[in-house]
Amino acid sequence: MSKETIKKESTQYETFTQEEYMIMKDDLLRPMRKIRLGGKIWIAFLVLVCCAGVYAYYIQETKSKYVTVSLRDITFWGVYISNFVFFVALSLVGVLMSAVLKLTNFEWYRPLSRIAEIIAVAAIMLAGVSIVAAMGRPDRLHYLIIHGRIQSPIVWDIIVIMTYLATSLVLLYIPLIPSLSTCKNHLTNLPKWQLKMYKFLSFGWEGTTEQWKILKRTVKVLTVLVIPLGISIHTVTAWLFATTLRAEWDSANLGAYFVSGAFLLGVSAMILAVYTFRRAYHLEKYLTEMHFDKLGKVLVLMALIYGYFNINEFLVPAYKMSGLVSDKLKNLFNGEEAMFFWSVLLFGIILPAILPLFKQMRKPLPLTLLSLGVFIAGWFKRYLIVIPGQADPYLPIQNVPESWKHYSPSMVEWTIVAASFAAMMLIVTLFSKYFPIISVWEVAEGRLEGKEEIINYK
Amino acid sequence: MSEHTENSHKNEENNTSDANEAGRRKFLKFGVLAAGLTVVGGGLQKVFSDESKSTLTEEKVKVLTAEGKVVEVNKNAIAHPADNNLSHLTERDGIPNRKFIMVIDLARCANARKCVEGCQKMHNLLPPIEYMKVRKMQDTPLTSPYWFPTACYHCDNPPCTKVCPVGATFKRSDGIVGVDSDRCIGCKFCMAACPYSARTFNFGRPEQVQFNESHPKCDTQENCCVTNGGTVGTVSKCDFCPQHLSEGKLPACITACPNGTLFFGDELEDVVTNGEETFRLKKLLKDRSAYREMEELGTKPRVYFLPPVKRLFPFEDATKVYNTQE
Repeated sequence: MSKETIKKESTQYETFTQEEYMIMKDDLLRPMRKIRLGGKIWIAFLVLVCCAGVYAYYIQETKSKYVTVSLRDITFWGVYISNFVFFVALSLVGVLMSAVLKLTNFEWYRPLSRIAEIIAVAAIMLAGVSIVAAMGRPDRLHYLIIHGRIQSPIVWDIIVIMTYLATSLVLLYIPLIPSLSTCKNHLTNLPKWQLKMYKFLSFGWEGTTEQWKILKRTVKVLTVLVIPLGISIHTVTAWLFATTLRAEWDSANLGAYFVSGAFLLGVSAMILAVYTFRRAYHLEKYLTEMHFDKLGKVLVLMALIYGYFNINEFLVPAYKMSGLVSDKLKNLFNGEEAMFFWSVLLFGIILPAILPLFKQMRKPLPLTLLSLGVFIAGWFKRYLIVIPGQADPYLPIQNVPESWKHYSPSMVEWTIVAASFAAMMLIVTLFSKYFPIISVWEVAEGRLEGKEEIINYK
Repeated sequence: MSEHTENSHKNEENNTSDANEAGRRKFLKFGVLAAGLTVVGGGLQKVFSDESKSTLTEEKVKVLTAEGKVVEVNKNAIAHPADNNLSHLTERDGIPNRKFIMVIDLARCANARKCVEGCQKMHNLLPPIEYMKVRKMQDTPLTSPYWFPTACYHCDNPPCTKVCPVGATFKRSDGIVGVDSDRCIGCKFCMAACPYSARTFNFGRPEQVQFNESHPKCDTQENCCVTNGGTVGTVSKCDFCPQHLSEGKLPACITACPNGTLFFGDELEDVVTNGEETFRLKKLLKDRSAYREMEELGTKPRVYFLPPVKRLFPFEDATKVYNTQE
């Protein structure tokens, strides 16, 4: 590297005073110093729900599934599968909130990227857990490797999900290396094992210009890679449904429909996470109102895109009212599921497409409440995609017990679903206690480079 | 084993004339005989029975070739279908030189549900689990309803085997779509892929589990199925009773039907039988305007339906709703 470049870079760093940097480190690493009472209660609560889930799974696997689970031959894929779809969708938050913003030079991504990536990693792990919970013979999980057939979309899904998980983990870890070094140097009064862990994980990071070059290049390559991977995981997940001959899933629109829905869900999850961290860790200086303003606008965009694919998915078949899907559509539009269906559309698509157009609605609290609606509606949206259609196969259902015709999840199923949510939040919470949830160097770099967008925001 | 075939077809033996016999022999090829088909007439059964085979090799028998010639052959040159040693075949191997096919004559079904019961007995199933189902169908409001017995269609382009991630469900060379319950991981993707709801998942219903424990598979000759639907956490379905087929018997549903609604046979030999009557397959399909269900899905089922015209019974609605109990 030429001397000139080094000089130029070092002068750049000098524009950012050491005091300012110390304050920033202090602010961002504060959550890791001590777990407060509220945090302890929160973690204990999540652990408790997770334990309940493990116990429910134990019951499910040791007792008869005919008794513990409400699934029958007609509705054979239940909340575990819709929960799986939900978590795969949620994992796309890493793609949108970190990779896409980074590559398109939206500088406000900086404090958000790590939050997005840890949510993505946690979600994809819990997607795996959900699918194992849905399996009839989890003891034969390894058959997927020893007897795996590439013809099956399930095998495609496993391949892309594993690749995405690995890439996301690396993409979470590599930008973490400088932060770990900062932790090691800055948080000296932490337990010894923790400091040792930081030292070990930072792999002798010294922050030389050469190391920075390698780090940035690696991150850039991974960032580019993670976008097609993220899109493929959710497209392939859509294909698990679209590759069957069942009328309710027989749609060429399904891949794009799933991916666009995942982006909307990702934005809403991001808003909820940003709001929570901002409040819990007092990060108002870093997770600013500007972020809510920007996220609100992204929410509108994503809701409009998702709305577009919904119109394609429902309006076209509804216009034709083919006998193959008419019962299912009527059931959704003004039948048994109508209230459910229209509420999901209202809270999940219509409100987020309209309300954040008003500046007042892009303030932290109203936007968070709106996002909570989008998030919950997002879960039920996957429920509506996976479940009601199964009760209306081509051949009529006759001579079966009444309970076979109507699926409503059992307590065991609800507990496992609740535990999967608790486990996801637990992973994110614990991560934020042991690692800086906001990337110190990325934020500092943003300030250093004096990004107009950040400094001049009104 | 040949005893069983004889027993179940005593009627056939008594009713058939010699002329018929000769006609039937036509489709029997020299040496390789109709394993899996019980259409073989009584006379032939005696000729090829075990006792005669054990005698000296010099003995000659007259048989009719495919070309219609009567020839004398060494008795040892003729094999009884049941003598074909198929025991080396695994669950995944088809019976050689067979393409099993089913024809369902909707004009004859009176919703007696004997096929359902026969199947359940054969496969150790307790209601409400049915591989064989009889549905009431009404295609349009103005047309008359009819009874519609279905099982797995053993499609030639099976959507279920395509999606299986571990190859637990497979297509055999004899046309049967089987399930390997020792391989199945219980993902139920095949159930999602099957447009005909032919598959059932073993959720481990306590009564069923108990029943399976007290009735182990293959406890008697009558109750014997290769594919084991008793494995909790796996998918199972109609398997065309491959154990019976390899022994030269008809599937359980065929013999159970009192009205001769269900026909079973071999596409390669162009013949189907319901145990009493035998038809040339292609002629029957042509003459009776046979169809396959939802041809447009491209699954190419191996089960054909004969439309419910000129019915044997007027349509009577069921007096009872079945399987109401959990």
